[in-house]
Amino acid sequence: MSEDDLAIETHGLTKQFGSYAAVKNIDLSVPHGSVFGFLGPNGSGKTTTIRMLLGLASPTSGEARVLGAPMPRANATVLPRVGALVEGPGFYPYLSGADNLRRLDSADRYAPSRTRGARVAEALERVGLSAAATKKVKAYSLGMKQRLGIANALLTPRELLILDEPTNGLDPQGTREVRALVRSLALQGTTIFVSSHLLAEIEQICSHAAVMSAGALVAQGTLDELRQVGRPHVRVATPDPSLATGVLTGFGMTVAPTTNDGGELVAVLGDAPTEPDEVVAALVAAGVRVRGFAFETPSLEDRFVSLTGEGFNVDH
Amino acid sequence: MTTDLVRTRPSAGLALLGTELGVLFRRKRTWAMLAALAAVPILIAIAVRVTHSSSGGGPAFLDRIENNGLFVVFVALGVCVPLFLPLTVGVVAGDTIAGEASHGTLRYLLIAPAGRIRLLAVKYVGAAAFSLAATLVVCIAGALIGFALFPSGSVALLSGDTVSIADALGRSLLIAMYVTISLLGLSAIGLFLSTLTDVPVGAMAATIIFSVASEVLDQLPQLAWLHPWLFSNYWLGFGDFLRDPISWTAFGQNAALQAGYIVVFAALAYGRFAAKDILS
Repeated sequence: MSEDDLAIETHGLTKQFGSYAAVKNIDLSVPHGSVFGFLGPNGSGKTTTIRMLLGLASPTSGEARVLGAPMPRANATVLPRVGALVEGPGFYPYLSGADNLRRLDSADRYAPSRTRGARVAEALERVGLSAAATKKVKAYSLGMKQRLGIANALLTPRELLILDEPTNGLDPQGTREVRALVRSLALQGTTIFVSSHLLAEIEQICSHAAVMSAGALVAQGTLDELRQVGRPHVRVATPDPSLATGVLTGFGMTVAPTTNDGGELVAVLGDAPTEPDEVVAALVAAGVRVRGFAFETPSLEDRFVSLTGEGFNVDH
Repeated sequence: MTTDLVRTRPSAGLALLGTELGVLFRRKRTWAMLAALAAVPILIAIAVRVTHSSSGGGPAFLDRIENNGLFVVFVALGVCVPLFLPLTVGVVAGDTIAGEASHGTLRYLLIAPAGRIRLLAVKYVGAAAFSLAATLVVCIAGALIGFALFPSGSVALLSGDTVSIADALGRSLLIAMYVTISLLGLSAIGLFLSTLTDVPVGAMAATIIFSVASEVLDQLPQLAWLHPWLFSNYWLGFGDFLRDPISWTAFGQNAALQAGYIVVFAALAYGRFAAKDILS
């Protein structure tokens, strides 16, 4: 992939806070036009990475390029083309939703004052907040603030949207609406970089994904590529493990060392296409007593958990 | 695409200053502070009117109020300049950057992108506009209540000359300008302190402490050598405009001193803010 095709790319991007490395040497490649899921548990360095992409924080080492230009040096020319929601919405509680959007829009010198009112109304309409436009933000619920944050990212047509946990605080209906919004924006050609700690929330809308764990990038690619890394495997319950191993190896599979005494074998499929029923037939023909057989393709969720760990503990 | 055409020409960016003033002056806190400042001349005027005891002690010019209501303005400024005005300016200037950080709006302004230097400049102009508004509120409230309760004829100056009321009002405007300029150095200090923290109350308190410290040092005769360098040194020098002919010496020295503070603390604010990691 040529570099021109990348909306975001980082090389060796690192952020150190004292002796603690929040982001360690990551190389992101976000293609133009993709919906890119940026996954990782809480505290894995997602928001710190996003802050560097938006020029809010400077990398300790490495570089970040957004829309082809280096950040934070190109802030003034790149950021007007980028809409973002970073670490939750931030608004003046004593102003109305519409006045908040007008205020933030006035900071963008490329956003014409002439059309400000119309653009604010349109953005509010898009996130379903028209009815609450004149209400003070201190009276908004968390979900309404989140919607207002998304509206702020949509004030002018953007080439790239960076959405940090956009469904945080939204009810299931709001989550569905955000997904639909992301889809419709992606159809218009906007590149969307969306972070989440909940894989299920974005798995349905992403074309690409990257997984962060403890500040490091542990996987990256199209969704299909990521799924393939976790190869399909068969699971055989049998009292004749050694006999079964021979048969499975014959199919080009790699048998994992048995971890329990329950007589269950797990074998990862080789490159050759393998039909499950043929495997069973061959096992039976070889005299293996098959008590159970399963053919499993790991979900992205399994992959995500295997990459980032399952516990609730924040790493570090 | 039409939007691309628009994007080739950025505006001068005055819209940000417009919304900055809008956000500042539509806030209830700002109105509460201005109302408190307006209450000072009103209380002074009513107290003098009710008791008729304007002679003997009290703030400067107090004994002149019963001769001419315009002196309510000068008495009120004499009372507000050492304490109330620095207090309110400290709140506004200390809030400039730290307040945006605490609301979470700082990151959104910067990714809009406001530009860090432009944001500092707009914030400083906002604080200066508040200094002007605060001073004018004291002057206007003082003049209105003064003329309502006391005579409003020709004004006897401190030098003994008598000038017309129009002349005296012109001198009042010059005094308002002098007091506003006096507060600009403190505003710059507040802006700098505000870039150091995400907690606005901390920056406000620190700014007010700077102001009190400067005034205390200004009282110590042992530190006479330091006095010309203290930003509060000329704060009460506006009496020069109530003499004939007007002496501009204090005005010039004060303006130069405040400009020096603005340059130093704006540079410090820039140095701190330009490359700061925004983690609020």
